[in-house]
Amino acid sequence: MPADAEPSIPKTAATTSTVDSPAGGPGGPGSRELIRLEQVTKRFGDHTVLDRLDFSVDTGKHVTLIGPSGSGKTTILRLLMTLTKPDEGTITVDGERLFPAPEQQCREVRKKIGMVFQQFNLFPNMTVLRNITEAPVTVLGLSRDEAEDRARELLDLVGLADKCDVRPTQLSGGQQQRVAIARALAMRPQVLLLDEVTSALDPELVAGVLDLLRDIARSTDITMLCVTHEMNFARDISDQVLMFDSGRVIESGPPEKLFGDPDHERTREFLSAVL
Amino acid sequence: MSEITSGLWGLLLHGLWVTVQLTVFSAALGAAVAFAVGLARTHRLWIVRFVSGAYFELFRGTSALVLMIWVFFVVPMTLGWQLVPMWAAVLTLGCTYGAYGSEVVRGAVAAVPQAQREAGVALGFTPVQRLRKIVLPQAWPEMVPPFNNLLIELLKGTALVSVLGVGDITFAAQLVRNATGRSAPVYTVILVMYFVLAFLLTRGMRRVERRAKASVGRLAPAEPSGTAKTGRVRQQDLAGSSSATGGVS
Repeated sequence: MPADAEPSIPKTAATTSTVDSPAGGPGGPGSRELIRLEQVTKRFGDHTVLDRLDFSVDTGKHVTLIGPSGSGKTTILRLLMTLTKPDEGTITVDGERLFPAPEQQCREVRKKIGMVFQQFNLFPNMTVLRNITEAPVTVLGLSRDEAEDRARELLDLVGLADKCDVRPTQLSGGQQQRVAIARALAMRPQVLLLDEVTSALDPELVAGVLDLLRDIARSTDITMLCVTHEMNFARDISDQVLMFDSGRVIESGPPEKLFGDPDHERTREFLSAVL
Repeated sequence: MSEITSGLWGLLLHGLWVTVQLTVFSAALGAAVAFAVGLARTHRLWIVRFVSGAYFELFRGTSALVLMIWVFFVVPMTLGWQLVPMWAAVLTLGCTYGAYGSEVVRGAVAAVPQAQREAGVALGFTPVQRLRKIVLPQAWPEMVPPFNNLLIELLKGTALVSVLGVGDITFAAQLVRNATGRSAPVYTVILVMYFVLAFLLTRGMRRVERRAKASVGRLAPAEPSGTAKTGRVRQQDLAGSSSATGGVS
């Protein structure tokens, strides 16, 4: 992906005043700030998962979060999807407050965000087609015909056009995950959150799902926020890579820099362990 | 000592009909109570959980027989109006078995993986939509077998209504015994009647269970069936059963 990607994320979150990095803030040339977290802290009991985190993502950018397990990467996605609430801080998506905010407003903001889970989480009580059409019909108010047209197009995109009427339980893990991707895209979200989407897959099924996501990243202008342990994939699709450790972003930059010549000792350690 | 005349048989048959009615009405009320109370017990507001939990404990901890007598004889003295015996019985049985059923609903709803709800949140469903489209359809197959047990308990529990003079099977049997002076034949007959009713209920609930399991893409316990509709043929095929050998149900 482009080497001239504008870093919209502060170099390190430890210095709290760097949120408005040169190219990042609202009104930055050519791109608009879509997601913004300010001073976000999340604790589980005594354990601080996110520690006064600041970062922002511009429209259309593909941002990958890497780092050791338990470093808070997935928690960020869950905060954005409102599956969990921060203890402190503010979260803004597309100019609208997501936290703190009344439930009604969260509901509106949620429509702009799609999420794909590690374990797919397809609904076993619905056919594949119904999995994809239910939310557009119920939440967005599309007619069933419109929703089905949209779903068939997406199933075509993910290569499962012939699986409309089967149950998710009859599909392989890789197929289920591709349906889950189609289901998220059917809502036409501005942001797609990908939470370790290949971690639960058999090794031989990983490539298919990653290729699909590469396609989507290339062919759409959707903003992607991706937690992954697939470093090659991260290198391919990312405009920006964030290295997490102990609830903080310890280093960020374009993939060439971060994977090629990381500044931080911890990043070098992590990369040498996983690559 | 005398034989059971056809008039007395008619009495028993009418009793059978009353028992069936009692079972159906009480089950309908019980199901409504079970879902309302069971879902209330998973509500996020503590006061709703508290009230519904108190209801459950109250009805679990009281004897249905005593409660029925109380509703029929004590309530009228304090409130000044009296329910028809049939409806006093249905009210008591429905509320009591509904309380037991609420535990079934609560447990089955709690057993639906949290990840399913989260997927619902991610797609923008409201809490009510999540419940209706995701949680309840997945919880339902888990509810059917324990509901079957409760339904049979309820059927047998309807015998309590004879104390209010409702003419169910058991009440009719008492009349027949009084008329003939013989207990053995009539009580043997009604034992069989209860058993046949319970057996039919179980058969019916098995079908409901098969259908419920198929609705979430799971295989039901293998059983020959000649009654599969085309929509479920795939499940039947996977179960490896030949529908041509299907039995009666």
